[in-house]
Amino acid sequence: MIEIFNLLAVVAIVSLFFFKTRGKGILALCVISLQVIIGSVVAFSVFSNGVSEYFYPGSFITGRIPIRIDYLSAWFMLIISFTFLTGAWYGSQYMKQYIDQADNITLHIVAFLLVYTALIDICIVQNGMVMLVVWEIMALSSFIVVIFEHYKKETLKAGINFLVQSHVSILFLTIAFMWAKVKTGSFDFAAIATYTSTQSAITGMGLFLCFFIGFAIKAGFVPFHTWLPLAHPAAPAHISGIMSGVIIKIGIYGILRVLLLISTDMKDIGYFIVVISVITGVYGVMLAIVQHNLKKLLAYHSIENIGIIGIGIGVGCLGLGYGNQILVFCGFGGALLHTLNHSLFKSLLFYTTGNVYQAKHTMDIEAMGGLLKRMPRSGYLFLIGSLAICGLPPFNGFVSEFFIYNGLFNGLYTKQFLPILFILFAILGLVIIGGLALVCFTKAFGIVFLGTPRVKGSQEVINESSLRIVPLYFVALAIVLIGVFPVLLSPMLQKIILLYQPAPNFQMTIQLNTLLESLTSVGWYSLGFIALTAFFYLIRHFVIAHRVITADSTWGCAYTGDASKMQYSASSFIRSYRKLAEPVLQIKRDKKEAIGLYPDRISQVTHPHDKVETWLIDKPLYLTKRLLNRFAFLQNGNVRAYILYGFIFISSAIVLPIVIDKIVLIIKFFNQL
Amino acid sequence: MVSFLLIILASLFFMGFVIRTKSIASGRKGPGILQPMKDILRLWKKGSVYSNTTSFIFQIAPTAYFTSVLMAILMIPHGSNPGFISFDGDFVMFAYILTFGKFFMIISALDTGSSFEGMGASREALFSMLVEPAFFILMGSFALLTGHTSFHSIFSLLHYGSNISYMLGVLASIVFVLIAMIENSRMPVDDPKTHLELTMVHEVMILDNSGFDLGLIMYTTHLKFAMYGAIIANFFIGMLPLEISIPIFIGIQLGFAIAVGLIESFMARFRMGNNPQFIFILTSVSLLIFFGVLLVLGKFM
Repeated sequence: MIEIFNLLAVVAIVSLFFFKTRGKGILALCVISLQVIIGSVVAFSVFSNGVSEYFYPGSFITGRIPIRIDYLSAWFMLIISFTFLTGAWYGSQYMKQYIDQADNITLHIVAFLLVYTALIDICIVQNGMVMLVVWEIMALSSFIVVIFEHYKKETLKAGINFLVQSHVSILFLTIAFMWAKVKTGSFDFAAIATYTSTQSAITGMGLFLCFFIGFAIKAGFVPFHTWLPLAHPAAPAHISGIMSGVIIKIGIYGILRVLLLISTDMKDIGYFIVVISVITGVYGVMLAIVQHNLKKLLAYHSIENIGIIGIGIGVGCLGLGYGNQILVFCGFGGALLHTLNHSLFKSLLFYTTGNVYQAKHTMDIEAMGGLLKRMPRSGYLFLIGSLAICGLPPFNGFVSEFFIYNGLFNGLYTKQFLPILFILFAILGLVIIGGLALVCFTKAFGIVFLGTPRVKGSQEVINESSLRIVPLYFVALAIVLIGVFPVLLSPMLQKIILLYQPAPNFQMTIQLNTLLESLTSVGWYSLGFIALTAFFYLIRHFVIAHRVITADSTWGCAYTGDASKMQYSASSFIRSYRKLAEPVLQIKRDKKEAIGLYPDRISQVTHPHDKVETWLIDKPLYLTKRLLNRFAFLQNGNVRAYILYGFIFISSAIVLPIVIDKIVLIIKFFNQL
Repeated sequence: MVSFLLIILASLFFMGFVIRTKSIASGRKGPGILQPMKDILRLWKKGSVYSNTTSFIFQIAPTAYFTSVLMAILMIPHGSNPGFISFDGDFVMFAYILTFGKFFMIISALDTGSSFEGMGASREALFSMLVEPAFFILMGSFALLTGHTSFHSIFSLLHYGSNISYMLGVLASIVFVLIAMIENSRMPVDDPKTHLELTMVHEVMILDNSGFDLGLIMYTTHLKFAMYGAIIANFFIGMLPLEISIPIFIGIQLGFAIAVGLIESFMARFRMGNNPQFIFILTSVSLLIFFGVLLVLGKFM
């Protein structure tokens, strides 16, 4: 099946050149849909028939290539496939306005197909060397899809930033895989498991850290997140959705996979992941609030959600370390479920943002307002996405956060003091993340879609073609379904989690059943909430029908003129928060106040900066640049000088070994004396 | 079932007692106990004015706010009598469902496009974010103490071990009184009687609501007070039989109402900028309770 899957992509890419632009789009859409069907069939057959495993002979470089599709792979295959399906359908509509850039679109389609194929292949191949090659294909092709609008300077800049950082990630992965290869002589993942189980915990920890940094750059854990807020606004909307929904999740897949392989002290790993994830989550959302570029805001929210997923993984690891099975279930279960949930609501948010962008041609929140009346369907879909991302019932975000909360509160019952302290820290982190997300999304939805337009422009209703909205309805439907019937997914989750721990003991089975019962209750409760709200809304409707209803302008304290300029703006909405968070964040403010009798126009502009980026990337880069500038004299453009360098290099390459040989000889001679 | 009826009953009288306390404290006779409810009933009979700027969000927000509080009340037990629905981790659901209502109130304030209402919305969003950790840590410490994570098991088993839990109950009550004051935007944080929009939180958010919707929002405030009162009562009821626990419940609700009235009479409103510091105190008090529980359980190593 997988061969057909890959072959399909290759055939499609080759045959793409025989079509016109519109035909290319349709072909790509058909191929992606077909691939998604194949991928889902494979994944579901794994869930029903058990793990499938077979080998390719491979070459003398790679060794035998094992293809193992276990439950973890299948889960991620499903997530990736669904988001790519909706992304491709939405993207085909989104790209219509670029139809005159034929070559550019061809390149985009080729890269798009490659990203999808590579992502699925990463999930199933278990050979280090092949995985690195596929990873590289994925990194390069996602670079190409991101820089679709490469004629814009900042897009290209963001793209190159992305390219560099994804290669730093590959560097760490290469080191890790080579480490395992050198020690075991095999690229097979199974070799890593056998290797670390025979070594001390420190070795396992070191290898894990190498893998973790590699994957964390892709996933966007703080402090490796700096490419994310740049790449997301630069990419087209459907790519941002896919990137935030699944491409960064491949990092989470990597971490989960490595945790399955490496055997070391899981407690330390758990503490490490919990701390870094809480920092990631809180820092991500803190910066998200002060962003005034809608896509950048969403990008920082991806970082926050990676933090939530990370908290789940960390809690699961603590459970493994302390032998607490319910903690393992809640932690990993919450993380896996949140991975799915985040891919749903974040892609929905990015797609609707794409609609906003194509209507307004800007992403500046301050320039928007009142869009709900002009594009109602996108507006309400954005609202569903925002409610889900804030983790509010009855949507899916709540279910996964509930999972993790359950794990955390269960984790409080451990005997030791240290895990309790860490779990308290995680609870605090998760609560603060939830609260800040509320601030952020009331701002995002309220300022963009509600009120009146803050900048004068055309007021006509924007045409939201159905083709463009229908894929979003499917995503929204999935969001509500998971929110109301969370139990549907629990058999799948249980199968995945059994990979991490031995079969549940008796007490665990009871606890598991209580957990599933509470999940069922959550579902019914959410359904009841929807029903009750509808019921009371109907009552209100009938009561109001008999009353006098008048429409008037908004109360303005007797001011009846145009108040659209006096509305609350995004920066005034978060002013009190900004004052509170100023010590942590770095916000530059350009303020022009009214001075004198005839003041000029007053203005205030805030530029939020990422402190981590300044200290971790900008400062070191600046310092290295200064250091390397000292050697600028070498590059003087004089051909004779360059020949001299070549001569020096070659002669030293020949002479140095001889000299070293002699020195060794002399030392040996002295030793013999 | 018992608790639901009791809370609804308490909500009818609660604000009346608060207002009566405030009147007596300021040397007036004051209106009847049922006056606030009569005001609400009159509002329910009135017609309404809707702003041209508003959308469907503004229409549904008061209902969503009301049902979210009602759904939250369904989970609250009365000592050993469980609420309508009870499951492990239901207090997480409790907090999040309340947040859902708040989310809708905030965006409905922004829906009016008013130059005032965003102010209240912004403050409400910030303050409710700051107050959340206190609630979770408090419930976490009780979960730790009792070994259970649902309202019903926590409250019925609270006093099973030692009597020190009553001490924790008193501390927790203080935190909950303050949480209730902040969540309902009452005195030390916000003055509902002020005439200046610049200093309002909740009142400024609902400037454009009128008639039935305004009545619904005001009644929801009463419900919320009664709900927090019921939680405070639960700290002390434990496994007591109904004939003792119902008088205790009524007494605590009465005490709570009088306390709210006294706080409103004798405290001045804080400067808006200093509110976050005040709210952070709650989190630190609840952290104290958490470590107190750890001490009781002997888990310090």
